Amino acid sequence: MLATAVLIAMVMVILALVLNIWRVIIGPDVTDRILALDTLYINSIALLVLLGIHMASAHYFEAALLIAMMGFIGTSALCKYLLRGDIIE
Amino acid sequence: MIEIIISVFIIFGGIFTLIGSIGLARRPDFYTRLHGPTKATTLGVGGLLVASMIYFGTQETISMHELLVTMFLFMTAPVSCHLMAKAALHLRVRSEVDLPKSDK
Repeated sequence: MLATAVLIAMVMVILALVLNIWRVIIGPDVTDRILALDTLYINSIALLVLLGIHMASAHYFEAALLIAMMGFIGTSALCKYLLRGDIIE
Repeated sequence: MIEIIISVFIIFGGIFTLIGSIGLARRPDFYTRLHGPTKATTLGVGGLLVASMIYFGTQETISMHELLVTMFLFMTAPVSCHLMAKAALHLRVRSEVDLPKSDK
């Protein structure tokens, strides 16, 4: 039962990733692309967590934590660049 | 019993992640598109992390890694949403409704 639930959720998350990539490609403005990339890293964290449950291994959380930190830094750096024209002033 | 609870949390998380991304793909302008990912997707990942916490809690000693990721995501999602909205307002991204009239 757990294996089936993990597989169904994986399919949903992969569908969500495909929708995000579609928005990265067509997004009319640059902020749309930043938002889609932000959602992309959050969904990849979801996929890593599901993979950890599927494989019954706790080694995936370090990767999830790293993606969470680096993704937030990337999003804020891109927004700062758009706002101020510079990242570190 | 515990397996049913974990499965419910996993399905809940998957559905919310998908709903957030459908919102991102379908909404008409940027300011409405901000709502889907920053709220629904964060809740979905939170559900998946709760499921993972219960699962690894039954396997061995209870682990706090998931709580760390959850706290980090729940703290950073509103901040990045605010930054993106600010950047969009700065760039005057097209909106479905007009800006409010100034009083002057």
